[in-house]
Amino acid sequence: MAWTRNDMAARAAKELQDGFYVNLGIGIPTLVANYIPEGVSVTLQSENGMLGMGPFPYEGEADPDLINAGKQTITELASSSYFSSADSFAMIRGGHINLSILGGMQVAQNGDLANWMVPGKMVKGMGGAMDLVAGVRRVVVVMEHSEKSGAPKLVKRCSLPLTGAGVVDLLITDLAVFEIDGGGVRLTELASGVALEEVRAKTEADFAVAL
Amino acid sequence: MADKVRNTASEALDGVLRDGMTIMAGGFGLCGIPENLIAAIHEAGTKNLTVISNNCGVDGFGLGILLGGAQIKKMISSYVGENKLFEQLYLAGELELEFNPQGTLAERIRAGGAGIPAFFTKTGVGTLVAEGKEVREFDGERYVMERGLKADLSIIKAWKGDAEGNLVYRKTARNFNPMMATAGAVTVAEIEQLVPVGTLDKDEIHTPGIYVDRIFQGATFEKRIEQLTTRPRAEKEAV
Repeated sequence: MAWTRNDMAARAAKELQDGFYVNLGIGIPTLVANYIPEGVSVTLQSENGMLGMGPFPYEGEADPDLINAGKQTITELASSSYFSSADSFAMIRGGHINLSILGGMQVAQNGDLANWMVPGKMVKGMGGAMDLVAGVRRVVVVMEHSEKSGAPKLVKRCSLPLTGAGVVDLLITDLAVFEIDGGGVRLTELASGVALEEVRAKTEADFAVAL
Repeated sequence: MADKVRNTASEALDGVLRDGMTIMAGGFGLCGIPENLIAAIHEAGTKNLTVISNNCGVDGFGLGILLGGAQIKKMISSYVGENKLFEQLYLAGELELEFNPQGTLAERIRAGGAGIPAFFTKTGVGTLVAEGKEVREFDGERYVMERGLKADLSIIKAWKGDAEGNLVYRKTARNFNPMMATAGAVTVAEIEQLVPVGTLDKDEIHTPGIYVDRIFQGATFEKRIEQLTTRPRAEKEAV
């Protein structure tokens, strides 16, 4: 049984350490906030200018002046702070954020990430993704292992335009977990009930097995 | 002291607008956008604008209304995904588009306002963003050169302000507004509350009045919400 979106988020949440400042991307990464391990306290950064993101507001209490980077209404915590976009990206670019968890379209065996543009389709823009992968100390990508067409997404070389070159530290898919560094890709975990043969068959990139 | 206070958005823009100009517009999504000034520019019918703004509003609101009036020639943004008309105009070749990574856009504007013509960042190295730009190595790492950005006009939105032009923003409605205030040859601020000089806490002013040329209290603020997300009341008792 491959991991569900929630399983993948729960696995990604294990990367959180007490005291971390963390930026979560849109989609599965947002779900990570539901699985913060007990005894671990993290501060969520929203790149539109907030540290200490709280949960969604109760019905009737949404404030149009208080949104996250996905433009969803949120709330503040006692510990929250607000700042400008320039300050926000100074935090990101300056290496002050410990961990960024974001989605992906393709990851290459050298750590390249593509997640913002498919040539020939309307391009919405990279938003803050290029800054996050360039500046945050540890970058975790969470994505499905294969395209809907079955094409592999962990590849030798990205065919899609890059978001960042050599930036991915950890990849979590619905089938497995991979560590990526200068030495290449190492498979370190299999999703429960997934066989190594299946991962091999669905992966284009070269990888070592370190289970 | 020059009188900066105006009564309406059109008064605040009087003599400033001209076809072909470059305008910076504050806001992130629909949060903290100068909605009264955007409406006044729409009414004025100014054309061939280059607009620098993180996003381009939605269909029929925010900067989206300037697209509806075919007033924008070029957008410099980081993300424009919320706007169908944008997509149509872009695919029809009627709209130019320059994507900047969000942090690079913010820093280009900050640099422009601070008298810094260019800077180096690692954002975008090895991607399309770096193509045609100088890449230089510092301390063993590669960085790409980005240019500072300025505008003929900056339109910004704050929460409170006074006749000096001192501004205070509210929550995440701050976003790009403080940098844009510094990078416009003329900066016009719309605010929700015009307060008497001396009532803002001097230690808590976000934008000092030197950056603001004209200021007015907006007639109405719709403050449309783009993605209303809530949790059910029942949880409250459970907590």
